[in-house]
Order: sequence, then C-alpha cells, then structure tokens
Amino acid sequence: MKSRNHVRDDKGSRSFAIIGYTVMTIVTIISFVPFWLMLTASISDEMDVLTKGFSLIPRKLSFAAYKSIFGGFQQLLRSYGVTIFVTAVGTVISLLLTSMTGYVLMRQDFKARNKVSFFIYFTSLFSGGVIPIYILYVKYLQLKNSIWALILPCILSPWNIFLMRNYMKSIPYSLVDAATIDGANDWQTYIRVIMPLCKAGLATVGLFVALTFWNDWYHASLYVTKESLYPLQYLLHRMLSNAEYMRQAAASGALVEEMAAPSETLKMATAIVVTGPILLLYPFIQKYFVKGIMVGSIKG
Amino acid sequence: MKKGTETAVMLKPISKSHFLKNRTLWLMIAPTLVYFLIFCYLPMAGIWLAFTKFNFRQGFFRSPFVGLKNFEFLFKSGIMAILLKNTVLYNLAFLIGGNVAQMVCAVFLSDLKNKRFVKVSQNVIFLPYFISWVLVGLFSYALFNVDNGVINSMLRALGLNSYNFYLKPGSWPPIIVFFQIWKGLGYGSVIYLSVITGIEQDIYESARIDGATKWQQVRYVTLPMIKPTFILLVMFNLGSILKGQFQLFYQIIGNNGILFNATDIIDTYVYRSLMVNFDIGMGSAAGVFQSVFGCILVLSVNAIVKRVNKDLALF
Repeated sequence: MKSRNHVRDDKGSRSFAIIGYTVMTIVTIISFVPFWLMLTASISDEMDVLTKGFSLIPRKLSFAAYKSIFGGFQQLLRSYGVTIFVTAVGTVISLLLTSMTGYVLMRQDFKARNKVSFFIYFTSLFSGGVIPIYILYVKYLQLKNSIWALILPCILSPWNIFLMRNYMKSIPYSLVDAATIDGANDWQTYIRVIMPLCKAGLATVGLFVALTFWNDWYHASLYVTKESLYPLQYLLHRMLSNAEYMRQAAASGALVEEMAAPSETLKMATAIVVTGPILLLYPFIQKYFVKGIMVGSIKG
Repeated sequence: MKKGTETAVMLKPISKSHFLKNRTLWLMIAPTLVYFLIFCYLPMAGIWLAFTKFNFRQGFFRSPFVGLKNFEFLFKSGIMAILLKNTVLYNLAFLIGGNVAQMVCAVFLSDLKNKRFVKVSQNVIFLPYFISWVLVGLFSYALFNVDNGVINSMLRALGLNSYNFYLKPGSWPPIIVFFQIWKGLGYGSVIYLSVITGIEQDIYESARIDGATKWQQVRYVTLPMIKPTFILLVMFNLGSILKGQFQLFYQIIGNNGILFNATDIIDTYVYRSLMVNFDIGMGSAAGVFQSVFGCILVLSVNAIVKRVNKDLALF
C-alpha cells in the first residue's frame, strides 16, 4: 500500500518536474534573449549586421560603436547629466513628500485621514487627461523646456503614498504614543521614531521612484525640444525614431568616424550605455522591489 | 462596527478645533494636497476643451465653443469604434494572457526543487520590468525589421522569403501582446508567488496522504487558493480596461499609419492629436470619453465586488 502510494506520488512529481523545468527554462531564455541580442549586436561589425542581419552569436567582433560613443558623443554625456540630476532631485523630493504624507495618514489621531486618503486616491480613478495637463504645464506654468517639467510629473503617486503608509503601519503604534508621552512633537516623532524604523520602506519606494525617473522618456517627448535637456531614454528614443538625427549628428561632427557611422550597432551600444546602471544595480536592488510588490498588494 | 464609525467620520466636516490641534500634521501634508490639487484636480476643468475648437492663441477661456461636435465627429467617422475596439480587446488579451502566464510561472517556481535554478529563473524573468519602453521598442525592431531583423535573417538563412512585418497590420496584435506579457511577467508572478508561499503546508501534506499526485495537488490545492487573487486582479483591471498602455504601443508602432487599424488605441490617438495633428478639441473629446467611462467602470466594478464580498472592495 505504502509503496504503491510512493510510486504514484513519485510519478506525478517526475512529470511535474520535467514539464516545470522545461517551461521555466524556455520562459527564462525568452526573457533574456533580447538583452543578449542587444549585447552581441553592440559588439558586432556594422557591415556584417547590415548585410546578414542581427545574430545571436557575433560573427565578426567590432567595438566601433562604443568607440564612436565615447569618442566624441557630447550629447550622451549631457543626457547622462540630465537623467542623473532629474533622478536624484526627483527621488529626494518624492521621498520627503511621500514619507511625510504616509506618516500623517498613519497617525490615528489625524481624524481627516480617510477624507485625505480619498482625495489622493480619487486622482487614480479620474483624470483630466493628457491634453489639459499639457496645457497647464506649457501655457499656464510656462514649463516648456524646463527641467522641472521632467521632475514634477513623477514626484507623487497615490500608489507610492499608500505603499509608504502600509510600511509605516507595520511599525507598532505604541512607539508613536510613547514618543508623544515623552514630549516629542509631531516633527520629532516623524524624524526620530518613524523614519529610522522604515528604512526598508524608504529604500523600496525610493527605488520605485528612481526607476520611474530613470526610464522616463514620455514627459521629455511632451515638454522638451532643447537637446541640452534630453534625458537618456528620450535621446535613445530620438535616435531610434529619427534616421535624420544620425545624419545631423554626423554633419555636426559629433561622431568621430563619420565615414562609417555605425547606425545599427550604435543603436544597440547606446541602449547598453543608457540601461547599464540599471543592469549593474539590478542584483542588489531587485529584492526591494519584490518586498515592495508584496507590501503593496496588501490592500490598506 | 469599525467600518461604521469610519463612515460616520467621513460624513462629519473637519472641525476648526481639530484643525488647530493637528496643525503640524496639516502642515506636513499640505505640499501633497497642493500637488494633487494643481496637477490632478485643476486639469479636470480641462474637460471643457472637449467641447471647444481649441487653439493656443485664444487659449483655454476664449476658444470657440462647438458643443458636442467633436464627439459627433469621432463617432460618426468610425474612429471611435476602432479605438474602443482595439483598446478593449488588447486590454482583455493583456489581462487574461498576463495573469495565466504569471500563475503558471508562480506554480512552477514555487515547487521546483533546484533552488538555484528557481532563483536564477526568477531574477531573469523579473529583468524586463526594469527597462524602459524605449528599449522594448528597440528589441521589437531588432527582432522584426525587414532588413536585418533576427526573424527575417533566419528566414533568409533557411532560404525563405523575408516577411515585412511593418507593412502587415495583422501581425502586430500578437507581438504587442507578447511584449506586454513579457515585461510584466516577473512583477505579476511575484504577487502569485507570495500567495502560494502563504498556503499552509499541512494542506499539501494531507493531500499527499490522501494519495494526490503533484498535478492533483496543483489542481485541487494551489489553483483554488490563488483563485481569489486572480479574480481580484482581473476584476480591478477590468475597471481600467479603457486605459491604454500608451508607452508600449507608441514605442513599438510609433507613427506608422499603415498599422493603425490594428494598433491604434485611445491613448495613442490622443497623443497624436496633441503632438502631431494639433487637433486639441478632438483629442480632448476622446480623452474625456475615456476618463468618464473609465471612472464609471471602476466604480461599478467596485460596487459589484462590495456586494459580493465587502472585504475585497477597494473603497
């Protein structure tokens, strides 16, 4: 009896394992192939790519694309500066406002917290739409070609606020009461008690926000026409959507090797350089995102 | 009991004494309130634009009023029908395809014995979530373009004719759905994984004692346990079925008019009317339709969920 059971169980597990490993291996490869392709294409020879197409194994190695990026591509450096500035400043402001809001909303003696929560939440249900916001930014706030047009739109989101509040709610509330009894005012409780205890929450929300800023090309496409304000992703977008762009860059001497401006491989190399920091940081930051998704999916 | 008192608090206006007592807290939250007021509530007045023939010279207040003409044009010309059809069908495909793929991954990842494999696999699957949509557009181009795309160079290597995807609208819906699922797979499977790891091991133990095979355990224990999460996610995403994935569509398709019949959604139409065609009134009308009906949808879905199970409702 026992052995029969064992055999049946074993049989089921074996087919489960075979199918499981097969499916997950395929899924993993599919998830990774585009990244691999990007890497191999960026170190391929341009003529080879043009005549025979992209391939998963580089047929002829060439670092010409990287050479022309680092050789004189001022715009890329400039865009790096824009993206780093927007990401840094935006994330700091966002964390400050998000954590203050989360703190107020977790305070049980703040009686208006449900009303305020709904005031914030409603903005994710209903919106005036892209066009009125565009007109507000461009015509009434005069933010066309201003760096603030890249920072302001992504600073606060209802999702991040509630994520932060959920993190703070997991701190024992008795600590807030104790601080109040010891004579701490609201600011002191926020800075000395809450902030040190929700470092993981700050890291998680901060990384979500930073990722949003780093990957944003959309707001630049709406509000920025000056090349000196192009963030990295928008630079890449322009490069891909605009063959003209390459010719201009070559004509203005931005590219060192105008003769064979390696356009296809250059696209890939630029993509690598633009995404590089995320790929390098990924192993270290990934766990915060996993934690954040779990905390965020708990309704609160 | 608790829910009742909360609603009572909701209904009472905020008293002056309460405001004074909590003035520090109000001060701390003031920037956030001002932010949402300016950047979210103020633009809601922009719904007015949908009823005007807007031009930048005359601005918001003095552009000529045209009543329902914009809406009339959108519906009579058939544009709105295509936009609505595409937006809704794509979202349904994303929703069902995405959730099923995420569940399959979560079920396997939670139960495969080689922890190292699981870890590597999970990390790699999560990777696409971290890249920008611009990169997704580049990947799609590298795979499908006719001159040197991977697929076409493979076709040629096999001695077959190349296939110009960018001239065939019909080939794009599967590609778009694929990239959406591809990018969200890691994120979504984390949600399902956290539910599966929360299932008590005792239940599996007793299933095993009753002689259930691995497949039967998945079918009769795991799937029923993640079903509520699945239903919840589908329900709430049904509410936002009119909201399009603008970045996905715009990065993959761009302004390629040949493909619009199969790939134009409300959001891309609104964006083009703002940035390409400068037809603000028409774009606003499509946007307003999307906002109003989207909001009604969310509210109705929430009301239904509330009636079925109060704890699951969003608000």
